[in-house]
Amino acid sequence: MKATKILNGNQTIAEAVRQIDPDVIAAYPITPSTAIVEIIASFRADGLITGEFVCPESEHSAMSVCIGAASAGGRVMTATCSQGLALMWEMLYIAAGLRLPIVAAIANRALSAPINIHGDHSDTMGARDSGWIQIYSEDSQEAYDNFIQAFRIGEHPDVLTPVMVGFDGFIISHSAEVVQVEDDAAVKRFIGDFKPPYPLLDTNRKFTVGPIDFTDYYFEHKRNQIEGIENSPRVIEEVGKEFGRTFGRTYGFFEEYRTDDAEIGIVVMSSAAGTGKDAVDELRAEGKKIGLLKPRVFRPFPYRQIAEALKKMKAVAVLDRSSSPGAFGAPLFTEVRSALYDYEKRPKLVNYVYGLGGRDIKVEHFKEVAGKLEKIATTGKVDEMLGYLNLRE
Amino acid sequence: MKKETWKELPTGTVNIHAGNSVSNLTGTWRSGRRPEFIEKNCIQCFFCWLFCPHFAILVKDGKVTGINYDYCTGCGLCAEECPTKEKSIVMVKEEIKLAEGRKK
Amino acid sequence: MAVKLKDLAQMEDKLVAGHGMCLGCGIPLIFKMILRATEDPIVVANATGCLEVCTTIFPRTAWNCMWVHSAFENAAATAAGVEAMFKALKNKGKIPADKKIKFLAVGGDGGTYDIGIQSLSGAMERGHDIVYVCYDNNVYANTGGQRSSATPLGASATTSPAGSKSPGKVQKKKDLTKILVAHNIPYVAQASPHRWQDLYNKAKKAFEVEGPAFLNVLCLCPTEWKYDESQGIKLAQLAADTCAWPLYEVENGKYKINYKPKEKKPVLEWLKPQGRFRHLFKEENAWMLEAIQKEVDRDWEDLNKLAEISGA
Repeated sequence: MKATKILNGNQTIAEAVRQIDPDVIAAYPITPSTAIVEIIASFRADGLITGEFVCPESEHSAMSVCIGAASAGGRVMTATCSQGLALMWEMLYIAAGLRLPIVAAIANRALSAPINIHGDHSDTMGARDSGWIQIYSEDSQEAYDNFIQAFRIGEHPDVLTPVMVGFDGFIISHSAEVVQVEDDAAVKRFIGDFKPPYPLLDTNRKFTVGPIDFTDYYFEHKRNQIEGIENSPRVIEEVGKEFGRTFGRTYGFFEEYRTDDAEIGIVVMSSAAGTGKDAVDELRAEGKKIGLLKPRVFRPFPYRQIAEALKKMKAVAVLDRSSSPGAFGAPLFTEVRSALYDYEKRPKLVNYVYGLGGRDIKVEHFKEVAGKLEKIATTGKVDEMLGYLNLRE
Repeated sequence: MKKETWKELPTGTVNIHAGNSVSNLTGTWRSGRRPEFIEKNCIQCFFCWLFCPHFAILVKDGKVTGINYDYCTGCGLCAEECPTKEKSIVMVKEEIKLAEGRKK
Repeated sequence: MAVKLKDLAQMEDKLVAGHGMCLGCGIPLIFKMILRATEDPIVVANATGCLEVCTTIFPRTAWNCMWVHSAFENAAATAAGVEAMFKALKNKGKIPADKKIKFLAVGGDGGTYDIGIQSLSGAMERGHDIVYVCYDNNVYANTGGQRSSATPLGASATTSPAGSKSPGKVQKKKDLTKILVAHNIPYVAQASPHRWQDLYNKAKKAFEVEGPAFLNVLCLCPTEWKYDESQGIKLAQLAADTCAWPLYEVENGKYKINYKPKEKKPVLEWLKPQGRFRHLFKEENAWMLEAIQKEVDRDWEDLNKLAEISGA
């Protein structure tokens, strides 16, 4: 039955897992996503789920078990973050290359060194070229909704691509919020059945999965793989709309907040977008024409749509919760900037790295950014392309 | 063999043609010697079949009938392990046939 | 009931001709037997290595059964995943309860003793109903002969080469079979391709036990051991006759030696035909030959004691 519950991010993911009841779940505990694994284990112990729960000896093996299970033919998921995702690295590319629609819940956490258990996007941003679809969530409700949609998106026959759903470690994973949990049967209906094209367990057939390619086939197989994620925007949009029709919350590639007549804008993902919206409200009350854009889907990057949404603004700041040392700005920034390249009239762009290792970002920091944007909008000049928010200088 | 375009390949990295390596004739690797089957000495122990790494022993109606030179690489394990007093498989000299494309 | 080669020869090959393994390679000999040791369909999970590379160069495959490769160090975890899905789909009634499939994970000594030992240990400890077969050719043959932890004491490998100041590898081979015994799984065995019936029986037992089983099979490698490839089976026989590679099994913790040479031969008979040990026959390396003999003797003695304690 549909119910309103007080749940944190990990609990909402676990609730979705209980409703979806994937065939195989293989996951290794790691802070801050541990609770997902523990709750799933207790669900299994109490018979609330019927799928196999495998508790491997490492994240590398967790993803390997997922790959074996998905190749066998069925619905598969895992949960991890940070070092765990880093240890899976090798296997992430293989899951994508074998076109296995595994779904991973990621409680986004910083990468070592120094070791840090708190929320930032270094983990998933590092995996942005692994071939996985990436969806980011602002709060527990979005984590729940995105996680459910991830199966429909990844398992679509034109897509067949793994999906990771990010939600900020601790900030979302451990913060209790009001969450609308949908009816079990309705979620099951929405998800439907998954029919993999080449299941190893169909032993009436015979095929070789994961052979070696030399120079004469690797490129073709890679291009074939890319097609899956290239096909995904249409599916992501359809699934987001259908989710809206079914459960009342519609999703697209990103959310625009008060951008209609905005002259300056802030692009920010995940939990910080909530704080950003408060800042926008306060600045709007002061008469500033500011808006916020919160990307939801980072891979595939909705470059055309984002560029269209931003092109009329005078100055835009892209806020990244990860860094890309030595690059021309952090990951989200380089994407946004690149998306706008083809537009003759486009905003000035600046990049702020914020919140590494769980450092707070508050309304005042958004206001600081807005102040700089106003200056850029007036003068048309950018003094500093890359800055750091709330850092002791 | 016509090479597929990326659109023609099955989704994922899958080879749907099980066992199609038989078109790869490893017999072209032989370099100077090959086994010869002498049927009259054979006691049908199947050791040659057992110890052939290249699946090159011909078996028909439950009997070893000879060598499949399409695959035989000339390693000599069959002849070496043939237990009959008068060998049923002996290694003989063979003119070296360089594989296509490796000729001068 | 003893199985006849004639009957085995008439079974369908699950691994077929046209693979690219070397002249005289031991791998096909091993899997010719193992893949015949069950009537049930098999899904093979193959670690990166000689077998995987030489059998699946796209667009060709030498596999005539279900087969999957994902990476080097995780054949056990991959097979565990396939097996978990099989169990799950049975639980959920999506696969008939009486359907039988065997799950075979396969790796060389690189993928098993070294990089894959963690995932192997994990899968064995978790009790997945899989059979893991290590084809142990004592070296990273696929990449051209680098040492592994299965490379024997004194062997020259490209990363433990013999030289004027080096007698080859100075470390003893890791005893992986015993490590697997320590996992308290139902069945662990060491085998060799020259004793085909023993190999076949062990594979059959491994498939039949409920829960994980592990086979460590000595694998001939003329390319890296550097011997006349026609002599491989005789060499394998010498490995058993010198007790450098004893054939034994451990069933539910009980040791049983499956082959005791009537007369234990000196280890140098096994070493001598192989180029990788050639340097040991120089005067200055005589101490190493002695050390190798000592190690072999001690291990053989220990094994006999274990078998004795087991009452076999």
